[in-house]
Amino acid sequence: MTRRRLVVVGNGMAGMRTVEELLALAPDLYDITVFGAEPHGNYNRILLSPVLAGEKTIDDIILNDRAWYAEHHIRLHAGKMVRTIDRRKKTVVAADGTSERYDRLLLATGSTPIILPLPGKELAGVVTFRDIDDVERMLATAGNGGRHAVVIGGGLLGLEAANGLAKRGMDVTVVHLLGTLMERQLDAPAAGLLQRALESRGLRFLLEHQTAAILGDQRVRAVRFTNGVELPADLVVMSVGIKPNIELAKSAGLYCKRGVVVNDTLQTFDPSIYAVGECVEHRGATYGLVAPLFEQAKVCANHLARAGSARYEGSLAATKLKVTGIEVYSAGDFQDDAQAESLVFQDAARGVYKKLVLRDNRIRGSVLVGDTVDGPWYFQLLREGTDVSELREQLLFGQAHVGDSGHGAASKVAALPDEAEICGCNGVCKGAIVRAIVEQGLFSLEEVRAHTKASSSCGSCTGLVEQILASTVGDASPTQKKKPLCPCTDYTHDEVRQAIRANQLKSMAAVRQFLEWKTPDGCQKCRPALNYYLVCAWPGEYVDDSRSRFINERAHANIQKDGTYSVVPRIWGGVTTPAELRAIAEVAERYQVPTVKITGGQRIDLLGVKKADLPHVWRDLGRAGLVSGHAYGKALRTVKTCVGSEWCRFGTQDSTTMGIKMEKMTWGAWTPHKVKMAVSGCPRNCAEATIKDFGVVAVDSGWELHVGGNGGVKVRVTDLLCKVRTMEEVLEYCAAFMQLYREEARYLERTAPWIERVGLAYVKRRVVEDTDGRKALAARFAASQREAQVDPWAERAAGFDQDEFSAILAS
Amino acid sequence: MSETAAVRETWIKVGELAGIPRLGARVVCTLFGNIAVFRTADDQVFALADRCPHKGGPLSQGMVFGTRVACPLHDWVVELKNGRAVAPDVGCTPSFPVRVEAGVVWLKLALEPNVAAAAVGV
Ligand code: SRM
Ligand SMILES: Cc1cc2nc3c(=O)[nH]c(=O)nc-3n(C[C@H](O)[C@H](O)[C@H](O)COP(=O)(O)OP(=O)(O)OC[C@H]3O[C@@H](n4cnc5c(N)ncnc54)[C@H](O)[C@@H]3O)c2cc1C
Ligand code: SF4
Ligand code: FES
Repeated sequence: MTRRRLVVVGNGMAGMRTVEELLALAPDLYDITVFGAEPHGNYNRILLSPVLAGEKTIDDIILNDRAWYAEHHIRLHAGKMVRTIDRRKKTVVAADGTSERYDRLLLATGSTPIILPLPGKELAGVVTFRDIDDVERMLATAGNGGRHAVVIGGGLLGLEAANGLAKRGMDVTVVHLLGTLMERQLDAPAAGLLQRALESRGLRFLLEHQTAAILGDQRVRAVRFTNGVELPADLVVMSVGIKPNIELAKSAGLYCKRGVVVNDTLQTFDPSIYAVGECVEHRGATYGLVAPLFEQAKVCANHLARAGSARYEGSLAATKLKVTGIEVYSAGDFQDDAQAESLVFQDAARGVYKKLVLRDNRIRGSVLVGDTVDGPWYFQLLREGTDVSELREQLLFGQAHVGDSGHGAASKVAALPDEAEICGCNGVCKGAIVRAIVEQGLFSLEEVRAHTKASSSCGSCTGLVEQILASTVGDASPTQKKKPLCPCTDYTHDEVRQAIRANQLKSMAAVRQFLEWKTPDGCQKCRPALNYYLVCAWPGEYVDDSRSRFINERAHANIQKDGTYSVVPRIWGGVTTPAELRAIAEVAERYQVPTVKITGGQRIDLLGVKKADLPHVWRDLGRAGLVSGHAYGKALRTVKTCVGSEWCRFGTQDSTTMGIKMEKMTWGAWTPHKVKMAVSGCPRNCAEATIKDFGVVAVDSGWELHVGGNGGVKVRVTDLLCKVRTMEEVLEYCAAFMQLYREEARYLERTAPWIERVGLAYVKRRVVEDTDGRKALAARFAASQREAQVDPWAERAAGFDQDEFSAILAS
Repeated sequence: MSETAAVRETWIKVGELAGIPRLGARVVCTLFGNIAVFRTADDQVFALADRCPHKGGPLSQGMVFGTRVACPLHDWVVELKNGRAVAPDVGCTPSFPVRVEAGVVWLKLALEPNVAAAAVGV
């Protein structure tokens, strides 16, 4: 079979990213030819700024050298500009006459810098800032003793150019038409701070000045403004904006507006022609940052590979200024208006300014100067539309102050030494991350996670890793609002769940077929999630798929690092009896359990049990009345209690009995993530109820109910849900809360992040204010529990799933 | 040494295919140590040493999808065909020939001599 021919016009960041994604999906589908007007391989354009500033070399920023093209059998026509596309003959022709036929054509021609129609614009020494050639021309002028540089345009690129030239020893003035810098990303106070920071490095600014002419004979000599003022200039950098490069597309008769118009699959109006990158207009928007372009590349590659299901639905943009030592970050819509409210933090002495614009308790935009550590966090809250009302007080102080046990704002990543440990879980230091990013050409957090394991476990170092990424390759963090459940699908958790209910999908196969899963049997990420969603949606009807359970939930014990298991029986409310203790002791001796440990959850852990012994251990424990504690499951774990009014001189209520009743009601329930509860007998709170998913604190007049606490990686104190009078009410609210969480949280989302996402007000509305709704939730919980409360240990001790626990002996 | 050489040639009977769950595995205890015999959704059968190339996790306990298994300890993904860790992770676990005849699974304890030595730990 002859392979289909793919021709790519544009050897830049979006085009080559698409090719890389395509090669990963379908390495043999196409014969690939690439035209690039620039005489180079593919390089990281973002990093031209640090090259200009002397912080990196051209070699550092090469993404794919010529050897890479050869290795992947890609024909590269570097230095050849495509002039015409003959759509009828499906052929492109370059300026030098080289022509290539295509079955599919990909346009990735980027943008061109706008050149103001000024007298003198063609003089030698007038440059734009777009490619390697421009940088070389600027460096040549700086190196040949040019003293005065004038940068026209005070936007992101203009400022980065100005900073670079100043670091190369030139005397730089930035001229800007408006009264504040970077007006598309910054408000006036932020722009003012930035301007002062740059001035302190020797840059000069002429704001509200309009250029009238560039003066000189052959080379530029000076710049004149409309008010008559003249500035001497050996170099003029024009940086007043870019426009999508659509000449070629237009000449071929493709439909263009500001950019080449594409649909959600990145296809132009000619179905054989796709387009990605800055040259594209999608749903009325054009983009000038790499993150959205990479997202387009992914979707486009998916269609070129004929996998055919991904859609691009637009991106939100976050901008970061790359001037070493001056931190500026901006995202979303940062202008105040009548519906919006702003939270502002200002510390002029430290040069710090932070502004968050909120609407309906959700972040709509952010501007950060001086301290940008939390930029990615705010951006995530913005993208996910998280309700921040509960975080408001600490929001401006940053993620470190809402209890992240990770690294505080104090760490300036760029300044950290290579040996500094970034990821405590996996022991990954900064140097290893930087090396992986550079050597493997990584751009996204996911890629860094996969290659280095940094931030892949508890996640508390995510912000740091993102910063290292940004300072090493520029900021390309994901900006798409929608996050697919896993690589097997383009649908989100919420969409999948909705489809399950709306379309009565009752088996894993039905879900995958209905939603056009890309893999026949899913992967280790989506299978457990789907299994849970089905268990939750169709209690009693859906048959649990043990092959889609993580080993702990399949074997009903926790796997240990040596392949043995641990066993934790339920100790209701932390109360036990001599008979139970004796049974545990006997089991421990009989099966030579190496370690018996009191857990942090008021129970006893038998560690180091051989898998084949598990059914016997359970049988013996079962005889004494002990059942599974689900210490291994995304399920109800412990209900910790204190001694309460039965014994304690301060106790106001019988917290022990309350806890036992709660545990008897909720045990056995499968949940999106583990659920922990506690009941304290008075506000001294010895059971630590205020860091539990559902915590109860007894007071003289009744019970306070607290929700959304978490004592793990990121400590979060509960929110007060409400106060009730009787034990029956506690149980009803508890059941309703459990069921709301079960039905609506995403798989592997604990109550703390769930409540932060949907807002406490929402949970209150559903569980406290809506009485009928609460009773209905509690009833659904009870119905589901009738199916769920089967002791898995007893089943297996009686012989169920025997094969799981026995090996085959071969002679 | 001659004994190991003899074992190297032998096909051993693992048991009925039906005894291995689809998308699952059974552990076979052999002279070469524990071997995990996997069965995919479409009844292909593969055998790997039951040791993850990362830190020795029991692959037999992992989740099987497509022709891969995810290790239960730290989620490395290993190719059932050849025991290779899926990129970007690097590493390889020994694999063994298997065949299914009339519903019965056979496993051949044959390896390159150096791999065999490593597998039995000599
Ligand atoms: C046994 C125990 C430690 C101990 O010796 O005391 C324990 C052991 C493990 N914990 Fe824990 N945690 C234990 C109490 C806790 C507590 C304290 C508590 O419950 O009061 C916490 C903090 C409270 C909380 O969860 O909010 C705790 C926070 C975690 C976390 C972080 C959760 C988070 O949301 O950040 C994990 C990781 C996870 O679940 O993904 C974890 C995961 C684990 C795992 C399951 C790790 C694993 O996947 O293998 C450990 C299993 C060991 C085993 O085989 O038994 N363990 N773990 C405790 C069992 C309690 C019980 O009786 O069931
Ligand atoms: C100095 C600088 C700093 C930047 N900093 C950041 C940043 O910090 N963060 C960020 O997200 N983005 C930044 N950007 C923007 C980012 O680099 C661009 O968004 C991205 O490179 C656009 O990718 P593209 O593939 O669409 O276009 P390009 O990368 O420009 O690639 C287009 C290529 O097509 C070639 N071409 C055009 N027409 C033809 C033709 N007819 N035939 C053959 N070849 C043709 C061009 O020569 C060019 O090489 C920066 C840009 C610059 C210039
Ligand atoms: S028991 Fe918990 S804290 Fe201890 S090592 Fe395991 S996961 Fe970490
Ligand atoms: S031992 Fe298998 S992933 Fe670590």
